[in-house]
Order: sequence, then structure tokens, then C-alpha cells
Amino acid sequence: MSEMLHVDIVVRQGAFETECRFDAEAGVTALFGPSGAGKTTALRAIAGLVPGASGTIRLGERILLDSARGIGVPAEKRRVGFVFQEGRLLPHLTVASNLTYGRHGGRGPTDEALRHMAGFLGIGHLLDRKPRTLSGGERQRVAIGRALLSDPALLLMDEPLASLDPARRAELLPMIERVRDETDIPIVFVSHNVGEVARLAETLVVMDGGRTLAAGPALDIFPRFETDAALGQGEAGALVEGKVTAIDSQFGIATVDLGGEALELTQGGFSVGQIVRLRILAGDVSLAVGDAGAMEGLSIRNRLVTTIAAIAPDRTGPYAELLLGLGQVRLRARVTRKSLFEMGLHEGQRVTAMIKAVSVERRR
Amino acid sequence: MSETEIQIVLLSLRVAGMAILVALPLAFAVAWLFARHDFPGKSFAQALVMLPLVVPPVVTGYGLLVLFGTQGPIGGPLREWLGFTFAFRWTGAALAAGVMAFPLLVRPIRLSLEAIDPSLSEMARTLGVGRLRRFLTITLPLGLPGLIAGGILGFAKALGEFGATITFVSNVPGETQTLSLAIYSLLQSPQGDAAALRLIGFSVVLALGAVIVSELVQRRLGAGAAGR
Repeated sequence: MSEMLHVDIVVRQGAFETECRFDAEAGVTALFGPSGAGKTTALRAIAGLVPGASGTIRLGERILLDSARGIGVPAEKRRVGFVFQEGRLLPHLTVASNLTYGRHGGRGPTDEALRHMAGFLGIGHLLDRKPRTLSGGERQRVAIGRALLSDPALLLMDEPLASLDPARRAELLPMIERVRDETDIPIVFVSHNVGEVARLAETLVVMDGGRTLAAGPALDIFPRFETDAALGQGEAGALVEGKVTAIDSQFGIATVDLGGEALELTQGGFSVGQIVRLRILAGDVSLAVGDAGAMEGLSIRNRLVTTIAAIAPDRTGPYAELLLGLGQVRLRARVTRKSLFEMGLHEGQRVTAMIKAVSVERRR
Repeated sequence: MSETEIQIVLLSLRVAGMAILVALPLAFAVAWLFARHDFPGKSFAQALVMLPLVVPPVVTGYGLLVLFGTQGPIGGPLREWLGFTFAFRWTGAALAAGVMAFPLLVRPIRLSLEAIDPSLSEMARTLGVGRLRRFLTITLPLGLPGLIAGGILGFAKALGEFGATITFVSNVPGETQTLSLAIYSLLQSPQGDAAALRLIGFSVVLALGAVIVSELVQRRLGAGAAGR
């Protein structure tokens, strides 16, 4: 049975304050932001590892922290599994002993559970080895297995892939997805990698400068203007989900329903009925008004009729950022401020979004 | 070996063994305090622990005599309440040896405790591991090399202790006359040279044995930690 996680805390460390507020259910919640945003501090506070945290943390019915009432459950009693960036395996114990080291349930995991977990993570052949003989990716798998075998009610992961090379990262990412799919506990995942967040997150918490800028369902939060700073230059855009409705095998095109409009994808391997998650960069979306959107003789085929939901208030650079609505779907577009001015674009206006590129983040 | 020689060697082993047995857990606690905690007066406490290493042994022996003598502030009540006395007893020799060896025990243990990554303890807490089990599974096994190194070094020092012992509990054959004291006594007598030389041989063998045992144990531990 999955439990809700409620976090509303302030951590004071010297002159620096970190505020973190969000609610999460089962599935992956990404704490996302540039380095120094306070993500790791917030995660450690949820685990009970930092003194100086005030506010409330609730996991289902259990209160882990309620500073107003003087309640602060110590880390070892929180039933919160933590996967550290560097693994932190015990150097003098074998992989098997490391895996069974956790004790949230009172007794350690059974042999049966150990074998199952080792098989699940693909580390069955490493059980008798010592940590120093393992590769970085293997160590991180052991750390994940150890946290899961301790029977946690919540899993926290602090950039578990950051220390790995791209190949190991690509191996471990699906493993974390399987953990997400096969456990029903909330997973809070710290990352500053857009790709990881776009692929994994159900809930997105955007942090910067020690403050929580936005928190909520990933598809709602990702396209917001507040998220742009965390995404970095050129990565601002939208995250959308839609169902594959048709496959045109003659031209190798799959059609996805997006808020009632059809979006054509050229990436292969889809099947009808699949739900796909797509990322569309703001810089890959151009706008047309009036008849221009239906004009013939344009090679861009993905033209979706949308409404301008918001225009970013920042009016200094050469570009203007726009948030577009298409039913429940949110898209982003970037045009020059000169275009914005000359086309007379304003909030509430119907425009045609012309999409030049789409990346597929996941399919299920 | 003559009966007297065997008795002297056994007494020395008993005195040094008892000294280390009692001093080692204390030294571990002190080393852990120094390695992991900051408290007011820490520098002073550290200097105090190192004191027996730097003051003349005779001074340490005299200090023990003042504190633990039958009229002393610690020795007095001990005799009055428990009927226990250190004076002219092998336990007194063990006390002197333990105090003299103490700084040598603390230092290597402290170094090995300081080398333990404190983040491991943090990791264990997130796995629901309590304080006692964290100590038994992290601090103790990872501090073991220092514990052994310190123990052997301290044992060798305790075995050879002379100045503080002779000042505190005198040179009583069969009770406080350890190897060093016996060698000293023999060298004082005109025909003692040959007998002294034999005892010197034994003490060299004992010390060498301790060092070799320590090397073997450390190598074993090293291989264990490296794994295969």
C-alpha cells in the first residue's frame, strides 16, 4: 500500500536557508535544480541526517518531523532508504553482507529475498566479492539493493547516476524504472540531469537558491517559466504524454493524440495504444497566426492549434518565451521579441504551433 | 631455563598482559573521544594522555606512589573499602606498565579511527542500524588494525617497563621483579653478567615474537579487507 509523502521544511545551515515543500505519492519525485540549489540538503533532511531542520515531514500516517510539536524521529527509525551518490558500501564486508546489512524490519532480509534482489539487479555473480573489486555501476546496484532490502517505506536517491560514465548510466536508468514499477513506495530522486528527470519523474520539484520554485505533476511543472533556470539555456520546453493512435508503415510515421490534435512522430518501434512521453523544446516550436497556420507549401507537418496561455514577463533579451495550451496539454514556444511585437501576440490568442522536432523520453 | 628464569618470564608476561588487557578498552574509548568529538579542554586532555611518554618514568612512578599508595587519595579508599592494595604487588607493576604504555595504545587506535569514513555511519543510520550495531559493524572492525598495532606496541613497552615500576612497587623477587628489574639486579651483582645475558636473550625473543605476531595478524587483516 503506497503512502503519501508530505514535506514542508526549512533547513538552516549557518547563513544559508533551504526551503522545500512538496507532496508525493508512489512513483518518482524528482528534486530538480542547478548545483547549490539545496536539493541534497532537502533530501538529507527528509532522511533525518541534518540537524537544524524545522517544519513537518509526514509519510502516510507517520510523523517524521513536526518541529512545532517537538517531534523529530531519528534517522535510524524513519524507515527511509537512502542511496548515496558514492554508494558507501562497507569495505570489509562482502557484497552479500552489504546487501543484508539493513535492519528496518527488525530482522535482516531472508536468503530468499537476497537471492531475488541479486537476480533483479543482475549482481548474483558478485555476492562473494568485496566492494573494492567492483565497478562504479556494480557498486551503485549493490547500494540500491541494500536500501531496498532494508524494507523502507520511502526511497531517497541522491544523484545515484552522477558518478557513472554515460554507458553505465544508460544501464542503470532502466533499473531504476523497474524499481519504480515493482515497488509501491514513493521514490525521491535528486538530479540536475534533464534527461533523467524527463524520463523518470511523475512529480517534479524545482529548486533554486535554496527555495522551492514549483512543485506538482511533472507534465504541469516542466513547461513552467520557473523551471527554465533549472533546465538551463536552450533546454526549456514542454513534457507531454499522448496515446499512439495510428501507424503509417508506408512512410514510417506514428500518430499520437495530443489534446485532440494529431502529432506525427518519425521515431520507429511504436505500437497502437502505447502511451508515449515526449519532450518538445521551446526553440523547436514556431508560431503562426490566422491563415498562415493552414498554409500549403510548408514542409512542417506538425501544426497544432493552441491558445497562448502566458507570455513570460521578462522583456529584456532578444527572445520571448510563451506557454501554449491545448486542452490539458501545455507546450512551450520561443519567438523573437520582434516577432511577438510585429505579430501582436497576446495571451488568450489562438495560434498554430509548428513543431520541428520531438524527442521520445519513454513509452509504455 | 631455570625455574627462577621461567618464573621471571611468566611474571613479566602476566604483568604486561594484565596491563594491556585493562588499558586497551580504556585507550580505545579515549582514542574514539579524541577522534570523533570536540569538547572544551580537549588539547589539555590530549597532553595529559601523552604525559607518561614525555616525563621521566621515575616521575610517573612517584605520581603513582602518591595517588595509589596506601595513604594516597585513590589508594587509601581502595584499601579501606575493598581491602585492595597495589603496594609491592604484581598488580601495582601492571598498573605502572599500563600507565606507561597508555600513550602508545591511544595513538595508533586514534589514527585508524580517524581514517574511518564518517559517512559510513550516516549510511548505516538510514538503513535502520542502531548505535550499538553501528559500533560493532563499523567502528570496531575498521578500527581493528589500529587496535592490534597499539596493543602489540603497548605490550612490548609494558614488558620492558622499568623506571615507573621500580619507583612505584620496588623490586620484589617473585612479585614485582619483571625481566627488566631482574636484569638490573643481576647486573648490580659481581657474578651476574652471564645470568643477565640469558635474561636479555629472553626479552629480545619475547619482543621479536610480539612484533612478528603483530605483522602476521595485520597481514591477515589486510588480505581480508582486500578480498579476492
